[in-house]
Order: sequence, then structure tokens, then C-alpha cells
Amino acid sequence: MPSLGADMEHGKVVEWLVKPGDYVHKGDLVAAVDTDKTVMDIESFQEGVVAEFLVDIGDTVDVGTPIARITATPAEVPPSQPPLTSGTLSPDARSPLAAQEPTPAHQGDEAGHPEPAVKAAPPVRHLAHTLGVDVGRITGSGPGGEVVRADVERAAAETLTAAAPEEAAAQQAPEMPAPAEARRVRSSPLARRLAAELGVHLPGIAGTGPGGAVTEDDVLSAVPPRGRPPREHVAEAPPSEAQRPEPTPEAAEEAPRRKRPTAAGGKAESLRQAVGALMSRSKKEIPHYYLSTTLDLAAAMAWMQAANQQRPVTSRLVPSALLLKATALAAKEVPDMNGFFTKGAFQPSSGVHLGVAVALRHGGLVAPALHDADTLTLDELMDQLRDLVSRARAGRLQRAEMADPTITVTNLGDLGVESVYGVIYPPQVAMVGFGKVLEQPWAHNGMLGIRHAAIATLSADHRVSDGLRGGRFLARIDELLQAPADL
Amino acid sequence: MNEQDARQAVESAIGKVAPDVEPGDLEGGARLRQDLELDSLDFLRLVEVISEATGVDIPEADYPAVATVGGLVSYVAGHG
Repeated sequence: MPSLGADMEHGKVVEWLVKPGDYVHKGDLVAAVDTDKTVMDIESFQEGVVAEFLVDIGDTVDVGTPIARITATPAEVPPSQPPLTSGTLSPDARSPLAAQEPTPAHQGDEAGHPEPAVKAAPPVRHLAHTLGVDVGRITGSGPGGEVVRADVERAAAETLTAAAPEEAAAQQAPEMPAPAEARRVRSSPLARRLAAELGVHLPGIAGTGPGGAVTEDDVLSAVPPRGRPPREHVAEAPPSEAQRPEPTPEAAEEAPRRKRPTAAGGKAESLRQAVGALMSRSKKEIPHYYLSTTLDLAAAMAWMQAANQQRPVTSRLVPSALLLKATALAAKEVPDMNGFFTKGAFQPSSGVHLGVAVALRHGGLVAPALHDADTLTLDELMDQLRDLVSRARAGRLQRAEMADPTITVTNLGDLGVESVYGVIYPPQVAMVGFGKVLEQPWAHNGMLGIRHAAIATLSADHRVSDGLRGGRFLARIDELLQAPADL
Repeated sequence: MNEQDARQAVESAIGKVAPDVEPGDLEGGARLRQDLELDSLDFLRLVEVISEATGVDIPEADYPAVATVGGLVSYVAGHG
């Protein structure tokens, strides 16, 4: 269980995105984990074949607990053997995600086609074939990891039970959603989106959620069987299909087969508690100091409006993109704002991973990172910002995005306030707040005019920097915004 | 485009961008930012969805005219 944020102590596996026998590359998504804040996809830290899961769906485990075992070839080593039996692997080489087996001398001939070096007697193979079970996916319990008759029978039974609820649901599903009158239906945002994607009529569904609310599961079970996105079963998927890499997040978006917990009241409450605990810790541990300045946005807004006139709506910019880019560049130049304060010392970060506070619609907030924001062009940053915010709201963030912002920006001005003094996210050392972009009277060269302006604030950690350095950082943001074309 | 089609397009677009907004909240006077709590990214996405669905492109200069549900419906009806 990897840490998905400084405040995370445990996580719950809510979905496996791979199954035993799948070949995974480093970085492939393997599981969805529910933290107190959101559901995130986590990736493999290793390449190899998923040997077995060490926790069940729904289990909550502490950070650092192995949740799956990844080995170089399937069923090469018996699962009963402790993960570390030879001295070939040092303990630090073990990632928190998986305890890697000592790599055997020979490996799968190529990615996606691990050698079927499974020990199984011919009659057992025959049985597996009859039952439609692939022996390569079975963890053997016999001597030396040999697959025995009982293993095959168990695997076949598991396949059947996995398929059963699906069929039961299919039978219960109405052929066509009832043409109900347009009554108000309580439903989760995810359920509504899913319903729209699948073309399901929401009022025709009986809700099983709190207060009769329609949940994602209800929507899924209302889909006629042929219209339902297929779910993979171990025995049904041909090997080539089963071993292809996990679809990218974009592809997964298209195929809403994935089970997510619905955004019920319990989620909002646990998120509220998580935010509360983190902010309490921040206010107890971090001696905040606060600064503010008014940014002159005349040049930036004029440039942006001119640029947007030339652009189709799909590539238009918003003021936030310019503010974020300027902040990232300034953070690169003033390293005392960018990094982590851990174990009594400050470690500046070489990269600027800009956390963006995103308010969630059912309450609470998350602050995932735009990686290396200082190196992105404005258009790239804008694209990534839109993607990040929509995924944050849909609860589809990835581990790295939650874990490593080095400085965070909150842009409450977008919803109307003039200034916002944020609370620093430990172990970060600075939080930048932007207020509403307003037209204001502005004195310049003895003349009074009207300009776009916004109040920028900085909350920073006094253990790392002083007001002088913080002031320079804010002033630098303002300077950078005077040459928007160079951002 | 008539007012009714425009209203339907607007309601469907808001439903896509902000699925948590209840259809009952979409009164003509409802302000997109303050009442429906759309932020600038949501708003941009809304303009995009409306453009895809109706072909009506709302330039940035006209944003003040479409700050409410009613304003947006009239704009789409008038330009579609």
C-alpha cells in the first residue's frame, strides 16, 4: 500500500485492475485504492507477473503493507514460501506495493508472453482444459509450486462464483427502463454521469442508496445485458486479451465497467475529517506568516482576451492558467517556497509540482499536482489543468498526483472572494491564494485608470523563510505576469 | 433555434458539466457561478459542450450575457 499523501495512514483496496497471471509493466495501473479523501488508481513499481493478491477487496491496510506479490514468471515459486528466502534481494529493493520474488534465471521470452513454465501433471492439465481454466494463472499448492487437481477445481469454482452475481443482476434487469414521469430522482453524480454515458433513464431505476438515491451499481444493473460493458473473467478472456496492458485512464473513461464507491454521505464525512486532521496538524506544527499583494493583470488579461479571440473554445485559456504558470516559474526561482519540511529540516525540490486545490462538489477538497508545471507551455498547462480538475471531481486521480505537490495554489477567487489566506499542506512550506480578477481603479504615472487586478496571498512556513523572501516571491509572480507572452 | 430547444440544450449541457446540480435548480434567474457554483473551468467546459451540441459558439466578450441560466438560454436561442 503506497502512501498517497502526507496525511495518509491506511488505504482500502476497492478494485483490482489486474488479475493473477497478468503481466504488468512498471507504471501499469494495478488497483484502485480508497483513501479517506478520494479513490485513486495506483501503479505497479515492478515488472512481472501478478502472482497473488495479499489483501481482499474491501480490506483496509496500513501504508507499507504489501498488497500483491509480483514475480518474474507465473507459479515459479510456491506461494507458501516466504517472499525473501534467498539473499539476492536487499530489503530496500522491496517496494511498498509488492514483495518481489527472487528473479529466476530465465524469464518470460517477451513482455506479454511469459513462458508457461507451470508444473502440472498431464491429467491435471487435461482437467484444466476441460474446465476452461488456464493452468498458467493458477497458483500451485503442491510440492515445488506444482498445480494439483484441487487448485484447478478451486480456480474453476471461483470463476463460476465470480460470474454468478453478474448473471443474477442481468435477469433482474428490466428489459427497458420504465417510462416514468419526470419525478425528482436522488442520485450520485457518478451515477448520473454513468447513466448519461450508457443511455439509461434515471427515473426508471429503483435506488438502493441512502434515501433511495440511485447509485452507480443501480445504474449498472439497469443496463440491458447486451448493452452492459463486459467485465473480464479469468477463464473467459483469451490469454492475449488478458495480458494486454491495462488501458490508459482515457481508455478506462470510455469503458465505465469499473466499480467505484458512490459519493454517499459517508465519503463526504470522512473527507471532511481527513481535511480537518491535516489542517489541525498544519496549524499546530507550522508557524505560518502571511503576505498579500495586488497583482496588476492589465497586460495578462489583455493578452489572454486577444489570444482567446483567435481560438476555438476547446483551446481557450482561463486566467487561472496564467496565474499558475507564473507561480510555478516564481517557485523555481525562489526555492524556499518549493519543497518539503520533514524530520526537522527543509528539503528544497528541484522540480515544481504545483498542487491545485480543487473543491469537490459534494464538499471537501483535494489538491493534486501538475507535475513540472514550470516547464509546461501555457497550453499544456491549461490542458492538464482541465484534465486534472475533471478527474479530481470524478474521483479518478492517480497516486503520484496526490502524493507529491511541492507547493499548492488555491484559487477561490474563481468563486467570488477577493482574497484567500490558505493553510499550508504539510509537509509543504507555502500556499499561494488568488482572489477574484476584478476591474479596479488603478493609479499609474500620476493618472487614474481602470485595470484588471487580483489579490495574491502567500502563507509560508517561518521555519524555512522570512517575510522578505516571501515578499520577493509574490513580487516575482507580479513581474512575470507583466510579460504574459513569455509565460 | 426555438426557446424550448435552447432550454433543453442548456439543461443537458449543465447536467453534463455539473451532474450534481438538480434539474429543479435551473431556474431562469439562477447564476451559473454564484448559485450553481460553476468555476471558470466548468464554465469553459459548458461553453464547449453547448458549442458541440448546438453549433453556437459563445465568444469570451459575450460571457457577461450568459451569466445566468435564462441569459444562456436566450443567447443560444438567438444565435442557433
